[in-house]
Amino acid sequence: MKQLYGILENIGSTLVMGARAIRYINTLPRQFPRFVEQCYLIGYTTMPIVTILCFFIGSVLALETGYSMSETFGAKQFIGTLVGLTMVRELAPVMVAILVTGRVGSAITAELASMKVYQEVDALVTMNIPPERMLVMPRMAAVAVMMPVLTIIGDLCGWYGGALVCKYTAAISVEPEAYFAALKRYMQMSDVWHGLAKAEVFGSAVVLVCCSIGLNTRGGPREIGSAVTKAVVVSLILILVLDYFVTKILI
Amino acid sequence: MADSSATPASGKTFGVTIEKLSKSFDGVPVLKNVSLEVKPGEIFVIMGPSGSGKSVLLKHIAGLEQPTSGRVFIGEFDASDPATRDKVHLALVFQAGALFNSMTVYDNLALYPREHRLCSEAGIRERVMHALQILSLEKSAGQYPGELSGGMKKRVAIARALVMEPQLLLYDEPTSELDPVMSATITEIIATLREQTAVTTIVVSHDRDLAIAIADHMAILMDGRIRAVGTAADFKSPADPAIANFLSPTIDLKNPRFKQLENDYE
Ligand SMILES: Nc1ncnc2c1ncn2[C@@H]1O[C@H](COP(=O)(O)OP(=O)(O)OP(=O)(O)O)[C@@H](O)[C@H]1O
Ligand SMILES: [Mg+2]
Repeated sequence: MKQLYGILENIGSTLVMGARAIRYINTLPRQFPRFVEQCYLIGYTTMPIVTILCFFIGSVLALETGYSMSETFGAKQFIGTLVGLTMVRELAPVMVAILVTGRVGSAITAELASMKVYQEVDALVTMNIPPERMLVMPRMAAVAVMMPVLTIIGDLCGWYGGALVCKYTAAISVEPEAYFAALKRYMQMSDVWHGLAKAEVFGSAVVLVCCSIGLNTRGGPREIGSAVTKAVVVSLILILVLDYFVTKILI
Repeated sequence: MADSSATPASGKTFGVTIEKLSKSFDGVPVLKNVSLEVKPGEIFVIMGPSGSGKSVLLKHIAGLEQPTSGRVFIGEFDASDPATRDKVHLALVFQAGALFNSMTVYDNLALYPREHRLCSEAGIRERVMHALQILSLEKSAGQYPGELSGGMKKRVAIARALVMEPQLLLYDEPTSELDPVMSATITEIIATLREQTAVTTIVVSHDRDLAIAIADHMAILMDGRIRAVGTAADFKSPADPAIANFLSPTIDLKNPRFKQLENDYE
Protein backbone atom coordinates (compact mmCIF):
# COMPACT_ATOMS: atom_id res chain seq x y z
CA MET A 1 0.00 0.00 0.00
CA LYS A 2 2.76 2.36 1.01
CA GLN A 3 4.67 1.44 -2.16
CA LEU A 4 1.64 2.09 -4.32
CA TYR A 5 1.29 5.46 -2.67
CA GLY A 6 4.95 6.15 -3.38
CA ILE A 7 4.58 5.22 -7.04
CA LEU A 8 1.54 7.47 -7.45
CA GLU A 9 3.41 10.30 -5.76
CA ASN A 10 6.35 9.84 -8.15
CA ILE A 11 4.08 9.85 -11.18
CA GLY A 12 2.41 12.99 -9.88
CA SER A 13 5.63 14.86 -9.22
CA THR A 14 7.00 13.83 -12.63
CA LEU A 15 3.93 15.21 -14.37
CA VAL A 16 4.06 18.42 -12.34
CA MET A 17 7.72 18.83 -13.26
CA GLY A 18 6.88 18.29 -16.93
CA ALA A 19 4.09 20.84 -16.79
CA ARG A 20 6.39 23.39 -15.13
CA ALA A 21 9.05 22.77 -17.75
CA ILE A 22 6.55 23.27 -20.58
CA ARG A 23 5.45 26.54 -19.02
CA TYR A 24 9.00 27.84 -19.52
CA ILE A 25 8.94 27.13 -23.27
CA ASN A 26 8.91 30.89 -23.92
CA THR A 27 12.48 31.08 -22.58
CA LEU A 28 13.65 28.78 -25.38
CA PRO A 29 15.03 31.55 -27.63
CA ARG A 30 17.42 32.80 -24.99
CA GLN A 31 18.36 29.27 -23.96
CA PHE A 32 19.13 28.44 -27.57
CA PRO A 33 22.77 27.41 -27.01
CA ARG A 34 21.66 24.96 -24.32
CA PHE A 35 18.97 23.60 -26.64
CA VAL A 36 21.44 23.11 -29.47
CA GLU A 37 23.85 21.35 -27.14
CA GLN A 38 21.09 18.96 -26.05
CA CYS A 39 20.07 18.37 -29.68
CA TYR A 40 23.64 17.43 -30.40
CA LEU A 41 23.82 15.11 -27.41
CA ILE A 42 20.49 13.46 -28.09
CA GLY A 43 20.51 13.39 -31.88
CA TYR A 44 24.05 13.24 -33.11
CA THR A 45 25.45 10.82 -30.57
CA THR A 46 22.55 8.39 -30.91
CA MET A 47 22.54 8.44 -34.71
CA PRO A 48 25.29 5.84 -35.34
CA ILE A 49 23.69 3.15 -33.19
CA VAL A 50 20.27 3.95 -34.62
CA THR A 51 21.56 3.42 -38.16
CA ILE A 52 23.32 0.17 -37.35
CA LEU A 53 20.53 -1.30 -35.25
CA CYS A 54 17.69 -0.40 -37.60
CA PHE A 55 19.67 -1.58 -40.61
CA PHE A 56 20.05 -5.01 -39.09
CA ILE A 57 16.50 -5.17 -37.81
CA GLY A 58 15.27 -4.46 -41.34
CA SER A 59 17.63 -7.12 -42.69
CA VAL A 60 16.55 -9.77 -40.22
CA LEU A 61 12.91 -8.96 -40.83
CA ALA A 62 13.41 -9.44 -44.57
CA LEU A 63 15.38 -12.63 -44.05
CA GLU A 64 12.89 -14.28 -41.70
CA THR A 65 9.80 -13.36 -43.68
CA GLY A 66 11.59 -13.94 -47.00
CA TYR A 67 12.34 -17.56 -46.18
CA SER A 68 8.86 -18.39 -44.95
CA MET A 69 7.19 -16.51 -47.79
CA SER A 70 9.31 -18.00 -50.56
CA GLU A 71 7.45 -21.31 -50.04
CA THR A 72 4.08 -19.70 -50.75
CA PHE A 73 3.65 -18.72 -54.36
CA GLY A 74 3.41 -14.97 -54.94
CA ALA A 75 3.85 -13.97 -51.31
CA LYS A 76 7.41 -12.75 -51.88
CA GLN A 77 6.19 -9.58 -53.54
CA PHE A 78 4.83 -8.45 -50.19
CA ILE A 79 8.16 -8.52 -48.33
CA GLY A 80 8.69 -4.85 -49.03
CA THR A 81 5.28 -3.99 -47.64
CA LEU A 82 5.85 -6.04 -44.53
CA VAL A 83 9.31 -4.70 -43.72
CA GLY A 84 8.27 -1.16 -44.58
CA LEU A 85 5.15 -1.08 -42.43
CA THR A 86 6.63 -2.88 -39.43
CA MET A 87 9.61 -0.57 -39.38
CA VAL A 88 7.60 2.59 -39.76
CA ARG A 89 4.73 1.79 -37.45
CA GLU A 90 6.44 -0.15 -34.72
CA LEU A 91 10.07 -1.11 -34.73
CA ALA A 92 11.80 2.16 -35.57
CA PRO A 93 10.02 4.25 -32.90
CA VAL A 94 10.45 1.60 -30.22
CA MET A 95 14.08 0.89 -31.06
CA VAL A 96 14.98 4.56 -31.24
CA ALA A 97 13.30 5.14 -27.87
CA ILE A 98 15.19 2.24 -26.32
CA LEU A 99 18.48 3.52 -27.72
CA VAL A 100 17.75 7.05 -26.53
CA THR A 101 17.07 5.63 -23.07
CA GLY A 102 20.37 3.80 -22.97
CA ARG A 103 22.49 6.42 -24.65
CA VAL A 104 20.92 9.69 -23.46
CA GLY A 105 18.44 8.96 -20.67
CA SER A 106 21.05 7.31 -18.50
CA ALA A 107 23.42 10.22 -19.06
CA ILE A 108 20.71 12.76 -18.18
CA THR A 109 19.90 10.96 -14.94
CA ALA A 110 23.56 10.63 -14.01
CA GLU A 111 24.21 14.32 -14.68
CA LEU A 112 21.16 15.63 -12.84
CA ALA A 113 21.59 13.20 -9.94
CA SER A 114 25.16 14.31 -9.50
CA MET A 115 24.07 17.97 -9.62
CA LYS A 116 21.49 17.20 -6.97
CA VAL A 117 23.83 15.26 -4.71
CA TYR A 118 26.54 17.93 -4.89
CA GLN A 119 23.99 20.66 -4.10
CA GLU A 120 24.23 22.34 -7.51
CA VAL A 121 20.45 22.08 -7.81
CA ASP A 122 20.06 23.71 -4.38
CA ALA A 123 22.37 26.48 -5.55
CA LEU A 124 20.14 27.03 -8.60
CA VAL A 125 17.07 27.19 -6.39
CA THR A 126 18.60 29.81 -4.10
CA MET A 127 19.57 31.79 -7.20
CA ASN A 128 15.89 31.74 -8.19
CA ILE A 129 16.70 29.85 -11.39
CA PRO A 130 14.10 27.06 -11.55
CA PRO A 131 15.80 23.74 -12.41
CA GLU A 132 12.81 22.95 -14.60
CA ARG A 133 13.64 25.95 -16.74
CA MET A 134 17.36 25.49 -17.08
CA LEU A 135 17.75 21.72 -16.85
CA VAL A 136 14.50 20.09 -17.96
CA MET A 137 13.00 22.37 -20.62
CA PRO A 138 15.95 22.42 -23.07
CA ARG A 139 16.19 18.63 -22.89
CA MET A 140 12.48 18.16 -23.52
CA ALA A 141 12.54 20.57 -26.44
CA ALA A 142 15.60 18.85 -27.89
CA VAL A 143 14.12 15.38 -27.64
CA ALA A 144 10.88 16.60 -29.24
CA VAL A 145 12.90 17.83 -32.22
CA MET A 146 15.31 14.91 -32.48
CA MET A 147 12.96 11.93 -32.03
CA PRO A 148 11.27 12.33 -35.44
CA VAL A 149 14.62 12.84 -37.12
CA LEU A 150 16.08 9.71 -35.55
CA THR A 151 12.96 7.71 -36.30
CA ILE A 152 12.99 8.67 -39.98
CA ILE A 153 16.65 7.71 -40.19
CA GLY A 154 15.75 4.43 -38.52
CA ASP A 155 12.93 3.85 -41.02
CA LEU A 156 15.20 4.44 -44.00
CA CYS A 157 17.99 2.23 -42.67
CA GLY A 158 15.52 -0.56 -41.98
CA TRP A 159 14.08 -0.37 -45.48
CA TYR A 160 17.47 -0.43 -47.14
CA GLY A 161 18.66 -3.25 -44.90
CA GLY A 162 15.65 -5.26 -46.01
CA ALA A 163 16.19 -4.35 -49.67
CA LEU A 164 19.81 -5.51 -49.60
CA VAL A 165 18.94 -8.84 -48.03
CA CYS A 166 16.17 -9.41 -50.56
CA LYS A 167 18.48 -8.78 -53.47
CA TYR A 168 21.50 -10.79 -52.33
CA THR A 169 19.85 -13.77 -50.66
CA ALA A 170 19.53 -16.47 -53.34
CA ALA A 171 16.41 -18.05 -51.85
CA ILE A 172 14.56 -14.73 -51.81
CA SER A 173 16.06 -12.72 -54.69
CA VAL A 174 13.55 -9.88 -54.93
CA GLU A 175 14.90 -6.94 -56.88
CA PRO A 176 14.99 -3.55 -55.12
CA GLU A 177 12.56 -2.10 -57.67
CA ALA A 178 9.95 -4.70 -56.83
CA TYR A 179 10.68 -4.40 -53.11
CA PHE A 180 10.24 -0.64 -53.00
CA ALA A 181 7.22 -0.75 -55.30
CA ALA A 182 5.53 -3.10 -52.83
CA LEU A 183 6.63 -0.87 -49.97
CA LYS A 184 5.12 2.19 -51.58
CA ARG A 185 1.91 0.61 -52.71
CA TYR A 186 0.53 -0.14 -49.23
CA MET A 187 2.27 2.54 -47.22
CA GLN A 188 0.30 5.67 -46.46
CA MET A 189 1.38 8.96 -45.03
CA SER A 190 -0.76 8.16 -41.98
CA ASP A 191 1.51 5.21 -41.21
CA VAL A 192 4.48 7.53 -41.06
CA TRP A 193 2.63 9.96 -38.78
CA HIS A 194 1.59 7.05 -36.60
CA GLY A 195 5.24 6.10 -36.09
CA LEU A 196 6.40 9.65 -35.50
CA ALA A 197 3.65 10.26 -32.95
CA LYS A 198 4.74 7.18 -31.08
CA ALA A 199 8.33 8.33 -31.17
CA GLU A 200 7.39 11.73 -29.75
CA VAL A 201 5.42 10.15 -26.91
CA PHE A 202 8.21 7.73 -26.04
CA GLY A 203 10.96 10.33 -26.26
CA SER A 204 9.16 12.85 -24.07
CA ALA A 205 8.27 10.19 -21.53
CA VAL A 206 11.85 8.93 -21.33
CA VAL A 207 13.35 12.38 -20.87
CA LEU A 208 10.71 13.32 -18.32
CA VAL A 209 11.26 10.17 -16.28
CA CYS A 210 15.04 10.44 -16.46
CA CYS A 211 15.01 14.11 -15.41
CA SER A 212 12.58 13.46 -12.61
CA ILE A 213 14.47 10.52 -11.15
CA GLY A 214 17.75 12.43 -11.45
CA LEU A 215 16.44 15.53 -9.73
CA ASN A 216 14.83 13.51 -6.93
CA THR A 217 18.02 11.69 -6.00
CA ARG A 218 18.90 11.91 -2.32
CA GLY A 219 22.03 10.83 -0.57
CA GLY A 220 25.55 10.34 -1.86
CA PRO A 221 27.46 9.11 -4.90
CA ARG A 222 26.14 5.58 -4.54
CA GLU A 223 22.61 6.85 -5.08
CA ILE A 224 23.66 8.34 -8.44
CA GLY A 225 24.32 4.82 -9.69
CA SER A 226 21.05 3.42 -8.42
CA ALA A 227 19.17 6.42 -9.83
CA VAL A 228 20.55 5.64 -13.30
CA THR A 229 19.56 1.99 -13.03
CA LYS A 230 16.10 2.94 -11.85
CA ALA A 231 15.65 5.52 -14.62
CA VAL A 232 16.62 3.04 -17.34
CA VAL A 233 14.38 0.28 -16.01
CA VAL A 234 11.38 2.57 -15.55
CA SER A 235 11.90 4.09 -19.01
CA LEU A 236 12.08 0.73 -20.75
CA ILE A 237 8.93 -0.54 -19.05
CA LEU A 238 7.20 2.73 -19.78
CA ILE A 239 8.09 2.56 -23.50
CA LEU A 240 6.50 -0.85 -23.90
CA VAL A 241 3.42 -0.02 -21.84
CA LEU A 242 2.92 3.27 -23.67
CA ASP A 243 3.49 1.45 -26.97
CA TYR A 244 0.43 -0.70 -26.34
CA PHE A 245 -1.81 2.18 -25.34
CA VAL A 246 -0.65 4.62 -28.00
CA THR A 247 -1.10 1.95 -30.67
CA LYS A 248 -4.57 1.22 -29.36
CA ILE A 249 -5.49 4.90 -29.53
CA LEU A 250 -3.99 5.49 -32.97
CA ILE A 251 -5.24 2.36 -34.69
CA MET B 1 7.43 37.00 -15.17
CA ALA B 2 9.96 36.00 -12.50
CA ASP B 3 12.68 37.72 -14.48
CA SER B 4 11.60 41.31 -14.25
CA SER B 5 11.12 41.08 -10.50
CA ALA B 6 14.58 39.55 -10.06
CA THR B 7 16.45 42.80 -10.53
CA PRO B 8 17.78 43.67 -7.08
CA ALA B 9 15.62 46.34 -5.55
CA SER B 10 18.75 48.06 -4.37
CA GLY B 11 18.90 49.51 -0.91
CA LYS B 12 16.10 47.30 0.36
CA THR B 13 17.12 44.81 2.98
CA PHE B 14 15.30 42.30 5.14
CA GLY B 15 15.46 41.04 8.68
CA VAL B 16 15.04 37.36 9.50
CA THR B 17 12.72 36.01 12.17
CA ILE B 18 12.86 32.39 13.23
CA GLU B 19 9.92 31.27 15.34
CA LYS B 20 10.10 28.05 17.34
CA LEU B 21 11.73 26.19 14.47
CA SER B 22 12.07 22.43 14.88
CA LYS B 23 13.34 20.00 12.28
CA SER B 24 13.62 16.23 12.35
CA PHE B 25 15.07 13.96 9.68
CA ASP B 26 13.27 10.60 9.73
CA GLY B 27 12.26 11.17 13.33
CA VAL B 28 15.74 12.22 14.46
CA PRO B 29 15.51 15.77 15.83
CA VAL B 30 18.20 18.14 14.55
CA LEU B 31 16.79 21.57 15.41
CA LYS B 32 14.81 21.90 18.60
CA ASN B 33 12.60 24.92 19.12
CA VAL B 34 15.03 27.50 17.72
CA SER B 35 13.94 31.14 17.86
CA LEU B 36 16.13 33.97 16.59
CA GLU B 37 15.70 37.55 15.50
CA VAL B 38 18.10 39.02 12.94
CA LYS B 39 17.64 42.74 12.41
CA PRO B 40 17.78 44.29 8.93
CA GLY B 41 21.28 45.30 7.96
CA GLU B 42 23.17 43.56 10.74
CA ILE B 43 25.82 40.88 10.73
CA PHE B 44 24.65 37.91 12.76
CA VAL B 45 27.13 35.14 13.48
CA ILE B 46 25.98 31.65 14.42
CA MET B 47 28.59 29.46 16.04
CA GLY B 48 28.37 25.95 17.35
CA PRO B 49 30.04 22.56 17.43
CA SER B 50 30.14 20.35 14.37
CA GLY B 51 26.83 18.59 13.80
CA SER B 52 24.83 21.00 15.94
CA GLY B 53 22.53 21.88 13.03
CA LYS B 54 23.97 25.18 11.75
CA SER B 55 23.87 24.28 8.08
CA VAL B 56 20.35 22.89 8.44
CA LEU B 57 19.30 26.19 10.03
CA LEU B 58 20.74 28.20 7.12
CA LYS B 59 18.98 25.94 4.62
CA HIS B 60 15.68 26.74 6.31
CA ILE B 61 16.33 30.44 5.89
CA ALA B 62 17.19 29.86 2.23
CA GLY B 63 13.97 27.86 1.80
CA LEU B 64 15.78 24.64 0.90
CA GLU B 65 14.32 22.68 3.83
CA GLN B 66 10.75 22.65 5.08
CA PRO B 67 10.33 23.03 8.86
CA THR B 68 8.86 20.12 10.80
CA SER B 69 7.25 22.76 12.97
CA GLY B 70 7.70 26.48 13.51
CA ARG B 71 8.22 29.17 10.87
CA VAL B 72 10.97 31.24 9.30
CA PHE B 73 10.29 34.73 7.96
CA ILE B 74 12.42 36.94 5.74
CA GLY B 75 10.94 40.36 6.30
CA GLU B 76 7.24 39.55 6.22
CA PHE B 77 7.64 36.66 3.75
CA ASP B 78 7.58 33.00 4.70
CA ALA B 79 10.97 31.51 3.78
CA SER B 80 9.51 28.10 2.91
CA ASP B 81 7.23 29.60 0.24
CA PRO B 82 8.87 29.41 -3.22
CA ALA B 83 7.26 32.74 -4.17
CA THR B 84 9.47 34.43 -1.55
CA ARG B 85 12.45 34.01 -3.85
CA ASP B 86 10.84 36.36 -6.34
CA LYS B 87 10.55 38.99 -3.64
CA VAL B 88 13.79 38.58 -1.70
CA HIS B 89 17.06 38.06 -3.53
CA LEU B 90 19.19 35.98 -1.27
CA ALA B 91 22.54 34.37 -1.82
CA LEU B 92 23.82 31.35 0.07
CA VAL B 93 27.50 30.47 0.11
CA PHE B 94 27.34 26.70 0.60
CA GLN B 95 29.70 25.01 3.01
CA ALA B 96 30.98 22.78 0.19
CA GLY B 97 30.82 25.53 -2.47
CA ALA B 98 28.13 23.89 -4.63
CA LEU B 99 29.80 25.22 -7.78
CA PHE B 100 28.45 24.13 -11.16
CA ASN B 101 31.02 21.53 -12.13
CA SER B 102 30.29 21.61 -15.82
CA MET B 103 30.91 25.36 -16.09
CA THR B 104 34.05 27.43 -15.88
CA VAL B 105 34.59 29.73 -12.92
CA TYR B 106 33.61 32.66 -15.14
CA ASP B 107 30.35 31.03 -16.21
CA ASN B 108 29.58 30.06 -12.61
CA LEU B 109 29.66 33.73 -11.70
CA ALA B 110 27.95 34.94 -14.85
CA LEU B 111 25.04 32.51 -14.62
CA TYR B 112 22.92 34.58 -12.25
CA PRO B 113 23.09 37.91 -14.10
CA ARG B 114 22.67 36.12 -17.43
CA GLU B 115 19.64 34.08 -16.39
CA HIS B 116 17.97 37.09 -14.84
CA ARG B 117 19.13 39.35 -17.68
CA LEU B 118 20.43 41.96 -15.27
CA CYS B 119 22.76 43.65 -17.74
CA SER B 120 24.54 43.33 -21.07
CA GLU B 121 27.30 40.79 -21.62
CA ALA B 122 29.88 43.58 -21.25
CA GLY B 123 28.33 44.67 -17.98
CA ILE B 124 28.31 41.10 -16.75
CA ARG B 125 31.95 40.74 -17.68
CA GLU B 126 32.81 43.82 -15.65
CA ARG B 127 30.86 42.59 -12.63
CA VAL B 128 32.34 39.11 -12.77
CA MET B 129 35.93 40.26 -13.21
CA HIS B 130 35.51 42.72 -10.36
CA ALA B 131 34.29 39.98 -8.03
CA LEU B 132 37.10 37.66 -9.12
CA GLN B 133 39.61 40.41 -8.53
CA ILE B 134 38.36 41.03 -4.99
CA LEU B 135 39.01 37.38 -4.18
CA SER B 136 42.29 37.25 -6.18
CA LEU B 137 40.92 34.71 -8.61
CA GLU B 138 41.43 36.54 -11.94
CA LYS B 139 43.78 33.82 -13.19
CA SER B 140 41.23 31.08 -12.55
CA ALA B 141 38.40 32.56 -14.64
CA GLY B 142 38.79 29.93 -17.38
CA GLN B 143 39.29 26.95 -15.08
CA TYR B 144 36.71 24.36 -14.09
CA PRO B 145 35.83 23.78 -10.42
CA GLY B 146 37.40 20.32 -10.61
CA GLU B 147 40.78 21.96 -11.23
CA LEU B 148 40.66 24.15 -8.13
CA SER B 149 41.82 23.61 -4.55
CA GLY B 150 39.31 23.49 -1.70
CA GLY B 151 40.03 27.03 -0.60
CA MET B 152 39.80 28.35 -4.16
CA LYS B 153 36.39 26.73 -4.57
CA LYS B 154 35.27 28.43 -1.39
CA ARG B 155 36.45 31.78 -2.74
CA VAL B 156 34.67 31.21 -6.06
CA ALA B 157 31.50 30.45 -4.10
CA ILE B 158 31.87 33.75 -2.25
CA ALA B 159 32.57 35.61 -5.49
CA ARG B 160 29.45 34.07 -7.01
CA ALA B 161 27.41 35.43 -4.11
CA LEU B 162 28.97 38.90 -4.52
CA VAL B 163 28.00 39.04 -8.19
CA MET B 164 24.39 38.39 -7.21
CA GLU B 165 24.23 41.65 -5.20
CA PRO B 166 21.73 40.07 -2.80
CA GLN B 167 19.45 41.58 -0.19
CA LEU B 168 20.16 38.79 2.26
CA LEU B 169 23.53 37.09 2.35
CA LEU B 170 24.08 33.74 4.04
CA TYR B 171 27.57 32.33 4.50
CA ASP B 172 28.10 28.74 5.62
CA GLU B 173 31.62 28.61 7.07
CA PRO B 174 33.21 31.09 4.66
CA THR B 175 36.66 30.87 6.20
CA SER B 176 37.07 27.14 6.74
CA GLU B 177 39.71 25.66 4.42
CA LEU B 178 41.41 29.05 4.06
CA ASP B 179 44.80 30.17 5.29
CA PRO B 180 44.91 32.88 8.01
CA VAL B 181 45.60 35.72 5.55
CA MET B 182 42.76 34.72 3.25
CA SER B 183 40.48 34.25 6.27
CA ALA B 184 41.23 37.79 7.34
CA THR B 185 40.53 39.03 3.81
CA ILE B 186 37.19 37.23 3.68
CA THR B 187 36.28 38.64 7.08
CA GLU B 188 37.06 42.12 5.77
CA ILE B 189 35.01 41.49 2.63
CA ILE B 190 31.99 40.41 4.66
CA ALA B 191 32.22 43.53 6.83
CA THR B 192 32.90 45.90 3.92
CA LEU B 193 30.06 44.54 1.87
CA ARG B 194 27.63 45.09 4.71
CA GLU B 195 29.08 48.58 5.15
CA GLN B 196 28.54 49.46 1.48
CA THR B 197 25.21 47.80 0.75
CA ALA B 198 23.67 47.42 4.24
CA VAL B 199 22.88 43.82 3.33
CA THR B 200 21.64 41.63 6.17
CA THR B 201 24.35 39.04 6.68
CA ILE B 202 24.15 35.74 8.52
CA VAL B 203 27.44 33.92 8.96
CA VAL B 204 27.83 30.39 10.23
CA SER B 205 31.35 29.91 11.41
CA HIS B 206 33.73 28.11 13.74
CA ASP B 207 36.05 31.07 13.52
CA ARG B 208 36.02 32.86 16.85
CA ASP B 209 38.19 35.75 15.63
CA LEU B 210 35.86 36.39 12.70
CA ALA B 211 32.84 36.35 14.97
CA ILE B 212 34.24 38.74 17.56
CA ALA B 213 35.58 41.05 14.84
CA ILE B 214 32.47 41.56 12.75
CA ALA B 215 29.38 40.32 14.57
CA ASP B 216 26.70 42.75 15.68
CA HIS B 217 24.97 39.85 17.34
CA MET B 218 25.98 36.27 17.91
CA ALA B 219 24.25 33.06 18.81
CA ILE B 220 25.65 29.75 19.93
CA LEU B 221 23.84 26.67 18.68
CA MET B 222 24.52 23.50 20.62
CA ASP B 223 22.82 20.19 19.95
CA GLY B 224 20.03 21.86 17.98
CA ARG B 225 19.21 24.44 20.65
CA ILE B 226 20.18 28.07 21.02
CA ARG B 227 22.47 28.10 24.00
CA ALA B 228 23.13 31.84 24.11
CA VAL B 229 22.43 35.01 22.14
CA GLY B 230 24.07 38.39 22.59
CA THR B 231 26.39 41.02 21.21
CA ALA B 232 29.94 40.11 20.29
CA ALA B 233 31.15 41.78 23.50
CA ASP B 234 29.02 39.42 25.57
CA PHE B 235 31.05 36.50 24.30
CA LYS B 236 34.52 37.83 25.13
CA SER B 237 34.38 36.24 28.56
CA PRO B 238 31.29 34.04 28.72
CA ALA B 239 30.02 32.82 32.09
CA ASP B 240 28.60 29.54 30.79
CA PRO B 241 31.45 27.00 31.06
CA ALA B 242 30.24 25.02 28.02
CA ILE B 243 30.41 28.14 25.85
CA ALA B 244 33.73 29.24 27.34
CA ASN B 245 35.20 25.86 26.56
CA PHE B 246 33.76 25.89 23.02
CA LEU B 247 35.09 29.37 22.23
CA SER B 248 38.55 28.86 23.71
CA PRO B 249 39.17 25.19 24.21
CA THR B 250 42.15 24.18 26.27
CA ILE B 251 44.41 21.73 24.53
CA ASP B 252 45.14 18.98 26.97
CA LEU B 253 47.80 16.62 25.69
CA LYS B 254 47.13 14.31 28.58
CA ASN B 255 43.47 13.98 27.66
CA PRO B 256 42.16 10.80 29.28
CA ARG B 257 40.37 9.92 26.04
CA PHE B 258 43.68 9.23 24.37
CA LYS B 259 45.01 7.40 27.40
CA GLN B 260 42.15 5.01 26.86
CA LEU B 261 43.25 4.45 23.26
CA GLU B 262 46.86 3.87 24.24
CA ASN B 263 45.76 1.26 26.72
CA ASP B 264 43.71 -0.45 24.04
CA TYR B 265 46.76 -0.84 21.83
CA GLU B 266 48.98 -2.26 24.54
N1 LIG C 1 19.41 15.78 4.71
C1 LIG C 1 19.67 15.25 5.92
N2 LIG C 1 19.14 14.05 6.25
C2 LIG C 1 19.37 13.51 7.46
N3 LIG C 1 20.12 14.08 8.42
C3 LIG C 1 20.67 15.27 8.16
C4 LIG C 1 20.48 15.93 6.90
N4 LIG C 1 21.14 17.10 6.92
C5 LIG C 1 21.72 17.17 8.13
N5 LIG C 1 21.45 16.09 8.90
C6 LIG C 1 21.88 15.86 10.27
O1 LIG C 1 21.68 17.05 10.99
C7 LIG C 1 22.72 17.25 11.91
C8 LIG C 1 23.24 18.66 11.78
O2 LIG C 1 23.84 18.81 10.51
P1 LIG C 1 24.48 20.19 10.03
O3 LIG C 1 25.02 19.95 8.67
O4 LIG C 1 23.50 21.26 10.20
O5 LIG C 1 25.67 20.39 11.05
P2 LIG C 1 26.61 21.64 11.18
O6 LIG C 1 26.26 22.30 12.46
O7 LIG C 1 26.55 22.47 9.96
O8 LIG C 1 28.02 20.95 11.32
P3 LIG C 1 29.42 21.38 10.66
O9 LIG C 1 29.96 22.46 11.50
O10 LIG C 1 30.23 20.14 10.74
O11 LIG C 1 29.15 21.80 9.28
C9 LIG C 1 23.76 16.18 11.65
O12 LIG C 1 23.68 15.23 12.69
C10 LIG C 1 23.35 15.58 10.34
O13 LIG C 1 23.60 14.21 10.37
MG1 LIG D 1 27.67 22.86 8.37
